[in-house]
Amino acid sequence: MTTALFVVLAVISVVAGALVFRVDSMARATFLLLLSFLAVAGLVLMTGLQYLGVVIVLMMVIEMVVMAVFMIMYMMNPAGLMPMSMFHNTRGSAVIAATTFVALAGGALLVDWPVRGGAPAPDLTMALGESLMSGQMLTMMTLGVTLFATIVGTVVLAAGRGRYDRLGDELDAPESDDRDRGGVGR
Amino acid sequence: MNLQAFLVVAAALVSVGLFGALTQQSIVMLMMGLELLLNGVILGAAAFWYFLAPAGTEGQVLIVIVVTAMAIEMAAGFAVTTAIYRAKRIDMTDDAAELRG
Repeated sequence: MTTALFVVLAVISVVAGALVFRVDSMARATFLLLLSFLAVAGLVLMTGLQYLGVVIVLMMVIEMVVMAVFMIMYMMNPAGLMPMSMFHNTRGSAVIAATTFVALAGGALLVDWPVRGGAPAPDLTMALGESLMSGQMLTMMTLGVTLFATIVGTVVLAAGRGRYDRLGDELDAPESDDRDRGGVGR
Repeated sequence: MNLQAFLVVAAALVSVGLFGALTQQSIVMLMMGLELLLNGVILGAAAFWYFLAPAGTEGQVLIVIVVTAMAIEMAAGFAVTTAIYRAKRIDMTDDAAELRG
């Protein structure tokens, strides 16, 4: 039963992942990618990591919905009306990908792995939380600072015009340089 | 269901993701490839934790890190795509080649 479930989820995750780059519709690609992610979340749940499995499910559903918005913004071949090749350097990439798979799978199968040491904590979520708030505190703080830097960086990158464009380098222009007049106090 | 089976599936996901990231012309599709690659890393981390060192929490922490990295990759990637599209009307990797050596 467990083995059958594992095989089904493994096949879904890999086949859906491969189909992402075979279908010629970016909308289908997005939802196939979501299917692949959900299958992987199922495999993670099979190892007993309930909390992380559910986090992956929730995050991937939201992430793919966000991705669908950007996919529509930058769509190639919308509605199949502009058929075009979405690939470049297919042969070289296939060789690189196949070599990577052979190396990784060969390593996984040939290495003499150590035996399982210890037993899982009774409450895995509690153990993860305590670890993040004690021994792995530095990891957690680094993640927090990185996320904050991401927020600042993405806003700076995505903003078309900032206050220095409007009010000059010293922010002392008597009148803001806007395309359209309007707003408070003008 | 054993460590080797999990790792082979993870290796397949990493390879498919790598293939996608290398072949796709659309920047959005390229990021889908990167996400798939990181997905393989998540599976590998979960397998290593479960089959080799279930007593510790390092495997779980690694999954948290990778999930965060996926979110950051999405956000930063789309911000860069938006910035480069606004500046040059480019949404394909082949056109964004000014840093080519």
